[in-house]
Amino acid sequence: MNKTWIITWRDFKSNFTSPIGYIFITAFLGLLGYMFFFNLYHFSLQNLQYQQYNMGKGVSISDGIVKPLFGNMNVLMFIIMPFLTMRLFAEEKKNHSIELLLTAPVTTTQMVLGKFLSAVMVLALMLLLTLFYPIVLAIAGNPDPGPIVGGYMGTILMGASFIAIGVFCSAVTENQIVAASLSFGLILFFWLISWASQSAGPVVGDILNNLSLISHYNNFSRGLLDSSDAVFYLSFIGFWLFLAHRVLESYRWR
Amino acid sequence: MIEVSHLTKAYGPRTAIQDLNFSVQEGEIVGFLGPNGAGKTTTMKILTGFMPASSGTAKVAGYDVFENPIEVKRNVGYLPETPPVHMEMTVRDFIEYAARLHDVTSAEVRKAAGTAMEKTGLTHVSGRLIGNLSKGYRQRVGLAQALVHNPKVLVLDEPTVGLDPAQIIEIRELIKGLAGEHTVILSTHILPEVQATCPRVIIISGGRIVAQDELSKLTAKYNAAGNLTIQVQSASSAAADAVKGVKGVQKVTSSGNRLYVDLDAAAGEIRPKVLQAALKAGAEVLEFSSSGAKLEEIFIRLTNPEAVK
Repeated sequence: MNKTWIITWRDFKSNFTSPIGYIFITAFLGLLGYMFFFNLYHFSLQNLQYQQYNMGKGVSISDGIVKPLFGNMNVLMFIIMPFLTMRLFAEEKKNHSIELLLTAPVTTTQMVLGKFLSAVMVLALMLLLTLFYPIVLAIAGNPDPGPIVGGYMGTILMGASFIAIGVFCSAVTENQIVAASLSFGLILFFWLISWASQSAGPVVGDILNNLSLISHYNNFSRGLLDSSDAVFYLSFIGFWLFLAHRVLESYRWR
Repeated sequence: MIEVSHLTKAYGPRTAIQDLNFSVQEGEIVGFLGPNGAGKTTTMKILTGFMPASSGTAKVAGYDVFENPIEVKRNVGYLPETPPVHMEMTVRDFIEYAARLHDVTSAEVRKAAGTAMEKTGLTHVSGRLIGNLSKGYRQRVGLAQALVHNPKVLVLDEPTVGLDPAQIIEIRELIKGLAGEHTVILSTHILPEVQATCPRVIIISGGRIVAQDELSKLTAKYNAAGNLTIQVQSASSAAADAVKGVKGVQKVTSSGNRLYVDLDAAAGEIRPKVLQAALKAGAEVLEFSSSGAKLEEIFIRLTNPEAVK
């Protein structure tokens, strides 16, 4: 069996042999359900008012429900992802189990990828459980599939980017709180980096805008699948995993 | 099986080990002795491919640890100071995970884990979470993890720490049983452990090897034959005189029903002669023991520069 997969599978399972995985997924789905319910409530109220006063067609399901649904998912992920990724390496360093990996015939790349993929699997499981919402929408209404497909693709890429940052932060410390705080800060920074673009010059502004995790997400949420956005996320992920790889290599030399 | 030459490791300005040279033959058990901070763990970490040396080379099972770390790791089982276990896994799951990481084929994982657990006496706790086990059992899990892929070389960093006396004896027996099939390097600062398990020792101090030889040769070389205590049924001066007459006995002091005998190390092994002499003189010997802990004496002399003066 491939080493990466062995590590991924163990780490994935370890989320569910302790309460962490359950608490994590429950918090995500619970809050998302709460948000979805009130979003739906306001949406139907609004559309009722539109009909009552003959103000036209009103807001579409895509704009009124699907977009906010994925937007909320992203905000929730931003808050909870650091708690999922903080354990990956920090915990292993703290209780010395990292020595098993470092003295087993496993390359650093396999270690980093294994840990990364284990968190991505939790993310995928979480998103799989949210399929409930589009299914409900499809039964009750007639939503445009584009923004849903795009929303899922964008969300998983965005979530995986958060995880990649988290993998790096977990590799630099053996303190889980430090790892979580650091990844929280870094994610927030790359989330808000486009704010600075408005006051920067045209060239720098453009660069900053392109570095933002959010601005690349916007196309996905409209149902537009642009390969350049996917390439951005993938290289963003690659960059942080590469840094994590370097950090772990240096751990051996210290 | 293990070839170390001119191995040096520096952490910044601090040199942990300096110019180590030693080799270990296949099937041998070697004790790695030294005070705290002597560089035992550093050396072991280099041998297991955990970290590279600053200079010098180390070859394990024919592979250079720097050039071919993956092959080395495949052939080495390592038990670090702190057993590298995952608290939230069951014993069996963890051992099987360690087996998979060490290239045990899927078909054999279960069997290999079963054998390793049997050897280390873990079979009856195989379904329990490691986090719920006592320190001694965790230590055994660490040992099972090191054994599971049947490595050619075993590197054990203080393997009996945290075990109760019965377990210590069990684990020592287990380690002795591994000789021949496996090559074992075991570090410790518990001297009776070395005497009990390792025919050959390497004593390291301040990052340098200060002695390496077979235990019996070391004892002879460092003039530390020690003392004997003979406990007899009833004190008799005849026995004391007889013992004094043995060539190589320097001094005999009697106190109550005990005789304290100082030996001259240069005379070689004369303990059987002393006993024979005592018996011939009609002493009813209850106890006959080497009270001067020979290895301890050598150890302190070699590792403590103050003591040499």
